[in-house]
Amino acid sequence: MAPAPHRILRVKRETHDTFTLTLEVPEEAGGEFAPGQFSMLYVFGVGELPISISGDPGVPGQLVYTVRAVGKATGSLVKLRAGDWVGVRGPFGSAWPVEAARGKDVLIVAGGIGLAPLRSVIYHVLNNRDAYGRLTILYGARSPKDLLYRVDFRSWSRQMDTHALTTVDHGDLRWRGRVGVVTTLFRYVRLVPERTIAMLCGPEIMMRYVCAEIEKNHQLPASQIHLTMERNMKCAAGFCGHCQFGPYFICKDGPVFSYERMKPLLGIYEL
Amino acid sequence: MSSREEGLSGLVDLPSIGQLISLLERQGWRVIGPTVRDGAIVYERVESIDDLPRGWTEEQEAGRYRLKRRGDDALFGYNLGPQSWKKYLHPPEVRLLEARRENGLLKILKQSDPPPRYAFLGVRACELAAIAVQDRVLVGDRFADPIYEARRKNLFLIAVNCAQAAPTCFCTSMGTGPRARQGYDLAITEILEGERHEFLLEAGSEQGASVLGQLRARQAGPADSEIAEKMAEHAASQIHRRIETEGLHDLLYANWEHPRWDDAAGRCLSCGNCTMVCPTCFCTNVEDVSDVRGEHAERWRRWDSCYTLSFSYIHGGSVRRSVRSRYRQWLTHKLASWIDQFGTSGCVGCGRCITWCPVGIDLTAEVRAIRDTPTRAPKRRENRNGES
Amino acid sequence: MENLEKILSEHPFFEGIEKAYLDILAGCASNVRFEAGAYLGREGEDATSFFLIRKGKVALEIRTPQRPPLVILTLEDGDILGFSWLVPPHLWRFDMRAVEPVRALALDGRCLRRKCNENHDLGYELLKRFAYVVDNRLQATRLQLLDVYAAARS
Repeated sequence: MAPAPHRILRVKRETHDTFTLTLEVPEEAGGEFAPGQFSMLYVFGVGELPISISGDPGVPGQLVYTVRAVGKATGSLVKLRAGDWVGVRGPFGSAWPVEAARGKDVLIVAGGIGLAPLRSVIYHVLNNRDAYGRLTILYGARSPKDLLYRVDFRSWSRQMDTHALTTVDHGDLRWRGRVGVVTTLFRYVRLVPERTIAMLCGPEIMMRYVCAEIEKNHQLPASQIHLTMERNMKCAAGFCGHCQFGPYFICKDGPVFSYERMKPLLGIYEL
Repeated sequence: MSSREEGLSGLVDLPSIGQLISLLERQGWRVIGPTVRDGAIVYERVESIDDLPRGWTEEQEAGRYRLKRRGDDALFGYNLGPQSWKKYLHPPEVRLLEARRENGLLKILKQSDPPPRYAFLGVRACELAAIAVQDRVLVGDRFADPIYEARRKNLFLIAVNCAQAAPTCFCTSMGTGPRARQGYDLAITEILEGERHEFLLEAGSEQGASVLGQLRARQAGPADSEIAEKMAEHAASQIHRRIETEGLHDLLYANWEHPRWDDAAGRCLSCGNCTMVCPTCFCTNVEDVSDVRGEHAERWRRWDSCYTLSFSYIHGGSVRRSVRSRYRQWLTHKLASWIDQFGTSGCVGCGRCITWCPVGIDLTAEVRAIRDTPTRAPKRRENRNGES
Repeated sequence: MENLEKILSEHPFFEGIEKAYLDILAGCASNVRFEAGAYLGREGEDATSFFLIRKGKVALEIRTPQRPPLVILTLEDGDILGFSWLVPPHLWRFDMRAVEPVRALALDGRCLRRKCNENHDLGYELLKRFAYVVDNRLQATRLQLLDVYAAARS
């Protein structure tokens, strides 16, 4: 599977270290994806990176990725400009259960860059507003300057039957919003357990805390909670072996899993 | 394939093995077989009978491998060297990608060189099983690895039945040997009885039958087949290492925190030898390189090992930092989670990981230690006790 | 003027509490208001009361010499603010600034301590509710301490 060259249409600076790249999909490539899936992005001579698709599934002809520059490869990816080319393989992996969530309330819990793979779900729910019940978005970031998609977020919070809350771990004097970890937002949320599907993405520790919160304090069964796992990935096809997590390959069995499947494994140290 | 062709067999003499090699070469195969190099029997290109390890065998034990003379002319009188056939089917190093940057454009170049058509001479029953395991992993799942697939598709497989077992062998536990039962084109049983030195050839495919038909073989009788069975029985009787596979998956899943992992970690050097010599281990890493002018870039795939720290690296650090967790990953993957992933065990009982471990860690002993003192009984057993 | 007992009973912190306790607690309560920017208390001052926030948002801040104050937690409608009245030396540990105009009930610490000493059942009931909140805050603080979204130092 060779990467297919894609041209960068736009690079948008989201925060001091996070950028959103919009790629033009060549006609023969199609560009279809399901929310939650990821691509392998190839930077010439540098390497390949698994990056979740964070765009609107209702907008064809483009692929959108939000990348946080934390290492050599991500650093070189965000240095690219409109008109530059990247190689794309994919999309790969499992998707958020947007079909199973039809007719139900959707709870989105995102931490940090974890909002990126969930943005596609939010777009999908808002594009098909009548098909879903109440949409609750809980988003935690490190500090006010790390908040992603500020414009989107404001528009989501104004949508009908949508409850969008943000918090940051560390505030400053100019920040007028909430301060506290993302689990503290659950004080302001009422869930109807029998008709809620939860989708979580963020650091593993954060997701473990959130799972405990919604399973125990909000009586949501583990089968209705879905989360994404992160492990080292090189091939995205189950051949390189790096992303194994117990019996699972995160790249092809995941990255989206039900908490029911992950729960027995999440407690095993260094698995 | 008709049963008549599968059942086709014949007896040939020693020089005919040389003729088999040249016949295959003439027909466009590249024959890879056992040969002595650097103090070991390895799998390399063989062009004549002189390249084969005639009269050689080996001594194997945990952490020990030595070549020695047999005192006869056996061509296949050894068991297993450090290498397996994955060296050819799943190469240790392969270029995945070549790219050029021209006037700002990214060009991905086609990888066009087709691999050679390999004929493997001297594949043991456990190794046939290992190839079947890798087939399942690399072409039998959702995605197919084109590199493996291209090499595998045109393969000619000549199995050799074991007449003896090494002390590290445990194929009988894994149900893979010592006699090759399927998955070959031709199977060889080397018969050495007094002055008699002959080879019983059995065809396992149409392709194998056709090659057999081109050799000057004389009719094999029921007595010859009987000798072959006897030899397999003899080899099996020499096998003393054993893994109890019944309930092994559940046992290991119930014992992630068993103290034996710490014990093994105290001995394990985390060198990765076991993963390199294992005929089913398939993990790889990739490396990207470019020229100084930034015009030409390549992407290479190399064997990797779950024993390295970098293997599980995600931003911020490695997931498996302790040797304990890495040894546990290898063993539970091989013997337990492999079954969830691919429907078979990842172990074929070849024993290479035992021989080539520099400190002689023996997975059969590790498994036994956990089985003898489980910290938690497997779930299934708990239920059964609960009912009674 | 609103009935203090009714306000107490409607606040999530006292959800389901016995009526008799509400009568006692109301004797220690008073309505308070703070404009945005006002402090409900400053670090080092005597913690004379605790607050049941009815409406508005309060930031808990810590001052550092080199940097602007760090906001470590915000509290709002339905939250409670202040454990220091309960534990000696009864001093505020943070600055508590109203980010938005705040309406709250203040419960006098000395009054509450006295009533709890007189009525241990009330004291136990109150402590259970405080322990729950303290535990939640502690868990959240631990998670905050992990700084899970930080880029790793390489």
